[in-house]
Amino acid sequence: MDDAVTIHRLHFAFTAAYHYIFPQLTMGLALLIVILKGLALRRGDNLLHRAARFWAKIFALSFAMGVVTGIPMEFQFGTNWARFSTFAGGVIGQTLAMEGMFAFFLESSFLGLFIFGESKLSPKAHFATGVMVFLGAWLSAYLIVATNAWMQHPVGYAMNADGSVRLTDYWALLLNGWILWQYLHTMAGAVVTGAITLGAVGAYYLLAGRDTDDGRLFVRTGVIAGLVSSILVAFPTGDGNGKLVATHQPVALAAMEGLFETREGAPLVIIGQPDMEKLRLDNPIHIPRMLSFLTYFRWEAEVRGLDAFPREDWPDNIPLLYYSYHMMVGLGTIFIAITALGTLFLRRGRLFTSRTLLWVLMLAFPFPFIANTAGWMTAELARQPWLVYGLLRTTDGTSLTVSAGNGLFTLLGFLGLYFVIGVLYLFLLLRLIQKGPGHSSQRPA
Amino acid sequence: MEILWFSIVAFMIIMYVVLDGFDLGAGIIHLIAARTNAERRMVLNAIGPVWDGNEVWLLAAGGTLYFAFPRLYASSFSGFYLPLMIVLWLLILRALGIELRHQVHHPLWTSFWDRAFSLGSLLLAVFFGAALGNVVRGVPLGPDGYFFAPLWTTFEVQPEAGILDWFTVTMGLVSLCTLTMHGSTFIAAKTEGPVNDRARTIATWSWWGTLSTSVAAMAALGAVRTGLWDNYTHAGWGYVFPLMAALGLVGVRAFMRRRHDRIAFLCSAIFIAGMLASTAFGMYPVVLPSSGDPSLSLTVHTTITQEYGLAVGIIWWAIALLLAVGYFAFLFRTFRGKVRVPAEGEGY
Repeated sequence: MDDAVTIHRLHFAFTAAYHYIFPQLTMGLALLIVILKGLALRRGDNLLHRAARFWAKIFALSFAMGVVTGIPMEFQFGTNWARFSTFAGGVIGQTLAMEGMFAFFLESSFLGLFIFGESKLSPKAHFATGVMVFLGAWLSAYLIVATNAWMQHPVGYAMNADGSVRLTDYWALLLNGWILWQYLHTMAGAVVTGAITLGAVGAYYLLAGRDTDDGRLFVRTGVIAGLVSSILVAFPTGDGNGKLVATHQPVALAAMEGLFETREGAPLVIIGQPDMEKLRLDNPIHIPRMLSFLTYFRWEAEVRGLDAFPREDWPDNIPLLYYSYHMMVGLGTIFIAITALGTLFLRRGRLFTSRTLLWVLMLAFPFPFIANTAGWMTAELARQPWLVYGLLRTTDGTSLTVSAGNGLFTLLGFLGLYFVIGVLYLFLLLRLIQKGPGHSSQRPA
Repeated sequence: MEILWFSIVAFMIIMYVVLDGFDLGAGIIHLIAARTNAERRMVLNAIGPVWDGNEVWLLAAGGTLYFAFPRLYASSFSGFYLPLMIVLWLLILRALGIELRHQVHHPLWTSFWDRAFSLGSLLLAVFFGAALGNVVRGVPLGPDGYFFAPLWTTFEVQPEAGILDWFTVTMGLVSLCTLTMHGSTFIAAKTEGPVNDRARTIATWSWWGTLSTSVAAMAALGAVRTGLWDNYTHAGWGYVFPLMAALGLVGVRAFMRRRHDRIAFLCSAIFIAGMLASTAFGMYPVVLPSSGDPSLSLTVHTTITQEYGLAVGIIWWAIALLLAVGYFAFLFRTFRGKVRVPAEGEGY
């Protein structure tokens, strides 16, 4: 813990992972609120209006948390990762600045109007402000994913004489082949979080026997949106991401899958623990030949294992990468299963009376957060030991002037502050849920 | 290109200080100008719908700085590591104060967040002033263009100075007085009744504070850094900025006396813009002076990014700015006029 690189990595990893709890919920909810609000306007249905207002309150609270924990992210590029900024600022400065100029102005201006302007605007104008907030949030995500995609797969750049990079092709940066699948995968994952949260709150109301009309609407919306989005997470977006990793970061694929040896007809590991001393997987349960098939569509295809790559290019925390990846995939599969079951029960008209399934839906709420976090950890750990894939190693990106001691000081500060924020958030969130959608029934005067 | 992007970044920082400055100022006077729960909700509802958008100017200015001058961003952000982290914590504390206060209607809860909001705003005003002081005074840059500044050393202005020394603390006080004046003219313009009366009283007092601290800081400037007036002798049109500041400050007092609160607020904005523009004009082309060897100072020429990126950037930046100005016009128009306290449970 006295090594500055480790401290800077923990600093960013902790603040980024914590921050992402909020945007994944608000990006997912933004889409669902726009849908609810749009339907409410078209049908003139008060229940839908009330749902949109109730979820807008939860959205606003979560959005505020996302804003306050998001500001440190932009700062850290300079404070903790100064050599990376000097190296890559000429390229990713574009996308980061565009996020501020295009997305943040859009979101923040219209959020005030959306939350507090219902009494001052016509219903259609108010709906339009909601759409603008949604667009801002999703545009912001696009530019962040574009930044990350460049770090995963650098394009449109040239080297300067001093060893830093400069931009040579703006559209290559914005339309990087890596972005499409990564963006859609990320956004589908965010909708899963929003949908399962909707379903969980609805299930709670039904189980508790209160606000049952609202509860039914939330559960119905949650399982349908959850099914659609969780299928999209797996196919085609997750599959597309996997193929990109297989093509451009083959060593990362081997580490994610826990494949130590190159082999034909490689198996797909379901469970097992990587043993980094003996370089093998302990207690494996696997599906024979499945990995070869999923990667190359041939049962006998050769998949390169970690042994095919020099050790200094291996991701530096293979067990954590392996577990993150398996948690993401495993949970993603479970989401498809429970939302499919929910949809099936809904069609048969038994969803709202099946207490077992409602319990499952209610208790499911933390898991999409875990799955989304595990997904980002997979992406970031798979990129190691590189900060910019193939160009800049993580150890060469930190601020040399910021010592481990100063870094630890602020890391501890953030741990304490974010713990308090977490307690406050949960307290207020549960309070809003406890008050219930009935409080949102009146159009504000 | 260097002059253009230097001006763009300076413009965005000025926009940030003018816009977020009034809600920081509202925070500073929050506990004094508003006494009852209804009055405090009035202050919060005056800034509520706009404060977040105002703060985005900080992020957008930071992003633009990162884009146009990546080396300056890397050097200054890592060098000012500790104060920036403290600024982040204060920004978080203050934002929580605004956004969480209205969630629970209990006197203990609301009075706690009132204080958090006010203290956060006050300390931020001082820190931002001290930050400007550091940029004017200079920092111990090494040959590699990096440095690391401790929070304080001996409080004397010297090559190995910390973030806080007598000069930067003075600048912190200038900032505190100025933003108090700025915020109180804004609150005066947005409110009626007792809050309006108190805000006007505070505006008057802080006007005198702004005047005296600004004069003191300018007198001290000669002892800290020379050459800030060179650009003015080469290009006389630059005097328009200090003139703007002086007229703005006179205007605040004149229009306060005539009870034209809104115009007084606009004059305060002109004063702030004039002061910051004067500083930027005097500094150019230096963006981060060295407190030791002057040849180590970072300038626009050594920190700017490459031609192609800047050429693309100017196109999207102009489009984005037009859009942002449109949003802000719509936002401020929708919430124009005197603020009305909504029913408990709605608004802030």
